[in-house]
Amino acid sequence: MTVPVTIRVQAEDFDVAREIAAISEDRTDVGAVVTFSGICRGPEAGDDIASLTLEHYPGMAEVEIKRHVDEAIARWPLQGVTVIHRFGRLTPGKNIVLVVTASQHRQAAFEAAEFLMDYLKTSAPFWKQEESAKGTGWVEARAHDDAAAARWTKP
Amino acid sequence: MKVKYFAWVRERIGKAEETIEPPSSVHTVGDLIAWLSARDESYAHAFEKPKVIRAAIDHAHVKPDATIAGAREIAFFPPMTGG
Repeated sequence: MTVPVTIRVQAEDFDVAREIAAISEDRTDVGAVVTFSGICRGPEAGDDIASLTLEHYPGMAEVEIKRHVDEAIARWPLQGVTVIHRFGRLTPGKNIVLVVTASQHRQAAFEAAEFLMDYLKTSAPFWKQEESAKGTGWVEARAHDDAAAARWTKP
Repeated sequence: MKVKYFAWVRERIGKAEETIEPPSSVHTVGDLIAWLSARDESYAHAFEKPKVIRAAIDHAHVKPDATIAGAREIAFFPPMTGG
């Protein structure tokens, strides 16, 4: 059976409740839905940020997300996957990214959502620029994000 | 071929994309970085730490030793910070 997949890269906000409903409505086989929402955080290393501006590589962003969604579907018994990633200028409290995974049981849904987020952070072509009282600068990639993604690689 | 730049690589070079015709001696992504770096100071600044630079050919991540033969679009960017 083909697993329903929704991937959107957009400037607009998303509605978490609506996306959860969309992945499980009109069916009775889903037993678990896991969602992860990434939200623009105000406090950052002792400073309050004014905004995050997300730049992305149109075309590649969708392809790269799809590649990892396909891998998640191959690894876990999923019944639906939704990934939405925003771009543009976002202020603290605003949504950045949403991952929704549906499965018969919770473990697959939890693991697949975590796998997708770890890879979105390290290989989807998005870059964050941070604006604070100190000025504007590009957010640096973090080693612990690379380590989080690497743990899914089988030896 | 078309070349695209993102984030601080784009800012340092001063443009988001351009069309280039590298000489036949440029075989790999790493060769292309070296060739672009020799153009002027802005490219040299963008590519001053080649190990930090990530590249994609036709929307797929590649390593510096990847061949550029047949590529339509090559992109250079810093490590990704989305999610």
